[in-house]
Amino acid sequence: MDKVSSLNQAKVLIVGLGGLGSPVAMYLAAAGVGHLVLVDFDRVDLSNLQRQIVHDTAQIGQYKTLSAQNKLQALNPNIQISILNQALDEVVLEQQLDKINVVVDASDNFATRFAINAACVRTKTPLVSGAALRWGGQVAVFLPAQKNSPCYHCLYDNNEEQQETCSQQGIIAPLVGIIGSIQAVEVIKILLGVGKSLVGKLLIFDAYTGNWRKLQLHKDPACPVCS
Amino acid sequence: MTITVKFFASLREQIGQSEIEIDSAETVAQAWAKACNNAPLPSHILMAINQEYVDKNAAVKNGDEIAFFPPVTGG
Repeated sequence: MDKVSSLNQAKVLIVGLGGLGSPVAMYLAAAGVGHLVLVDFDRVDLSNLQRQIVHDTAQIGQYKTLSAQNKLQALNPNIQISILNQALDEVVLEQQLDKINVVVDASDNFATRFAINAACVRTKTPLVSGAALRWGGQVAVFLPAQKNSPCYHCLYDNNEEQQETCSQQGIIAPLVGIIGSIQAVEVIKILLGVGKSLVGKLLIFDAYTGNWRKLQLHKDPACPVCS
Repeated sequence: MTITVKFFASLREQIGQSEIEIDSAETVAQAWAKACNNAPLPSHILMAINQEYVDKNAAVKNGDEIAFFPPVTGG
């Protein structure tokens, strides 16, 4: 179940209310997506505020989910917002995916990304994945209900030792706005069944040079998650 | 035979160039080795031939553009 007749009937789960999750949540709330489920275990820190624009100085120390809920509910009081203040594993995630139309991955680590992917593949839930670091950003859409759709694991294998975060490595702040906004566009396209989705593509933006690339992805026939 | 090898984001900074031309390679891994003075191929990077995602053993032909991207997980 992905397509809905109007956005106010849709239920979208957003994992991570940081740099990417901020614009995704704000645009989807403002667009009138009927029910947003916000997942994050972290609290707002002053160092977040250069890029995590759903939060503000009055919310420092508050859970990011609560801080975002306040902002989003002020933006659109007519939508429902649920929050979950905990780190996700596959079990918790799968329990949350009931009646979810689209999952947005706006998290900041591979372990969470793999758990989200596995749960989405098992429940055949559309996944809009975004990532950004330093000057580079990526967006990909996975539609597990489609036979030929690759999954996140077809792209990255599990043995990722590399774990670079925006707070350690830095990020050019508006880049998360660009990548998160594209994620919001892809969510709306899936929900309404309009346009041509980025499924099977990896859109890569290099903010340093201003170059965009769109790679064609393939389902890995040996993928342990989706094949 | 000319093959264009491109490096993106942090790989471009590590290699010090955005693009290197090599005269031959049979696979993507060989193209990396040739362009990067036999530096080991990082295990986690993304590779593409002519904007199509491939693995390191994919065959390369004359005129191909090979691109290497670092993984990105931040958000």
